[in-house]
Amino acid sequence: MSINHPTAPFVGALERDPKISLIGTLAMLVEAPGDFDMVQQRRIWALADVLASRPNVQEAVIGVTNVMLVFEQPPDDVAALSASIIELWHRLPGRDADGKLIEIPVVYGGEHGFDLPAVAARAGLSGQEVVRIHSEAEYTVCAVASSPGFGYLHGLDPRIFMPRKSVPSLNMRAGSVTIGGMQTGVAALSSPNGWNAIGWAPVPMFDPRSDQPSLMAPGDRVKFRIDRIEW
Amino acid sequence: MVIEILTSHALNTIQDLGRIGARRFGVSTSGAMDPVALAAGNALLGNDSDGASIEVQTFPFRLRFGADMAFALTGVDCNAVLAGSAVPPWWCMRAKAGDILALGTPRRGARAYLTFEGGIDLPPVLGSRSTHIRAGFGGLEGRALREGDIVPISRTRHEPAARSDFGAEPPEVAIAGASASADGVLRVRVLRAGEYDLFSDAMKATFWSTTWKISLQSDRGGYRLAGAELTLPTPVEMRSHGVVAGVVQVPPAGAPIIQMSDANTAGGYPKIAAVIQADLWRLGQARPGSRIAFSEVDYEEAVAAMTPVNDYIACLRATADLYRAL
Repeated sequence: MSINHPTAPFVGALERDPKISLIGTLAMLVEAPGDFDMVQQRRIWALADVLASRPNVQEAVIGVTNVMLVFEQPPDDVAALSASIIELWHRLPGRDADGKLIEIPVVYGGEHGFDLPAVAARAGLSGQEVVRIHSEAEYTVCAVASSPGFGYLHGLDPRIFMPRKSVPSLNMRAGSVTIGGMQTGVAALSSPNGWNAIGWAPVPMFDPRSDQPSLMAPGDRVKFRIDRIEW
Repeated sequence: MVIEILTSHALNTIQDLGRIGARRFGVSTSGAMDPVALAAGNALLGNDSDGASIEVQTFPFRLRFGADMAFALTGVDCNAVLAGSAVPPWWCMRAKAGDILALGTPRRGARAYLTFEGGIDLPPVLGSRSTHIRAGFGGLEGRALREGDIVPISRTRHEPAARSDFGAEPPEVAIAGASASADGVLRVRVLRAGEYDLFSDAMKATFWSTTWKISLQSDRGGYRLAGAELTLPTPVEMRSHGVVAGVVQVPPAGAPIIQMSDANTAGGYPKIAAVIQADLWRLGQARPGSRIAFSEVDYEEAVAAMTPVNDYIACLRATADLYRAL
């Protein structure tokens, strides 16, 4: 399959193929070409939706502009499978971020938002302004991965980007609202965590006994609401 | 029917073949580090293949049977004793109510598996009885076993008179080429993975030629390897993506990590290789401090390597079923 595949959209003449690689015989990673953007993320969602229902696909695991297929059995013809995925990639329209809107109340600052002063200092803003900027944006859940119920959220205002810590905070509490680099998220488990805690949300992100164990799903949108600010 | 845990130090947990289909919720599969030993235990007892076991990785371990029941002990040879009599490795037998089973410290290998006729009777969570320690669910209360725990066992389906004192040839004997070589180095077969070609020829050569030591900072989540540093000519920023057990990732510091059963569902380090499915169970028996080396196979060889493993389990199950019915 070439980059000039006839069923590709018009821009396809210039568009690169996704990178496809095996991880052993039971997993295949499909990575969108180019830099991160939501257009590619939406196309990954659409691709994952289709591939998840294919025979022999146990699961289509969405990542950040990539999807990993896990197989029941090693595929017989890897080349043909790869070619069909590339053809699909060029043909499928993206899926909109048409999931549910999740509103998450946040207690900003205080005991569990202990990194808020550092985030404000780095941004050259007041704590109040960091809270306002963080709570005014609408975020998109790109993927749920890494730990149970943890959503990778896109949409953080660059003014409050904050690098991850080199030494993780020990035992950050589940529900901590965090900033790590250009992403924000809600810690689903209490554990060591290298992201910066700016608040805490009294909302369970994960319940293994529920039919929908993860509150967040790819394509959902998230709004953080100021419950209160503690100093 | 129950068993009672009398002695269990850290990190002994209930595990089955793993939690399938929950990665999309960020939930790692968990599951037995040596799935062949687990499958063999279930096969010896005539249990369904999704039966859960106690994975013992810290010794000594002791339990008391609360009722007459058959059990199987597979995985490492740990000088087990039931009510004063030796239990051979890879063996199933019938215990009487009140009998104490004691597992000693193995000389080689890492993990023993205790399976019980009828299976461990705990509710599956997200389709599995495996313990997810980090998130605290599955198994018994989502945690490691400890002294005084009562583990419920399903009522047996077989006649009490059914024969239940026989064993199996361990897979490292039954499957050609499955044992560690004479120099004590475990040869693990791998396929190249996505970022293999980003490494220089010299780094690739180092990867293949190094005898790696599994560091002491290794556990069910992953094995950290020491022996050489694998660096890229320019650092590669990967976006977070799904990974599976066996993937060999190379963080910027250069010491590779092999992800195992409890690994996060996502990773972001360059992937140089992936251990083939047919060798994951062997790796699951490698101890921290032991040595491994990688050898390359192609896709067809990797797929074909599972045939003797699947045949071993299928043959064991058929033979045990016949023998029990005699």
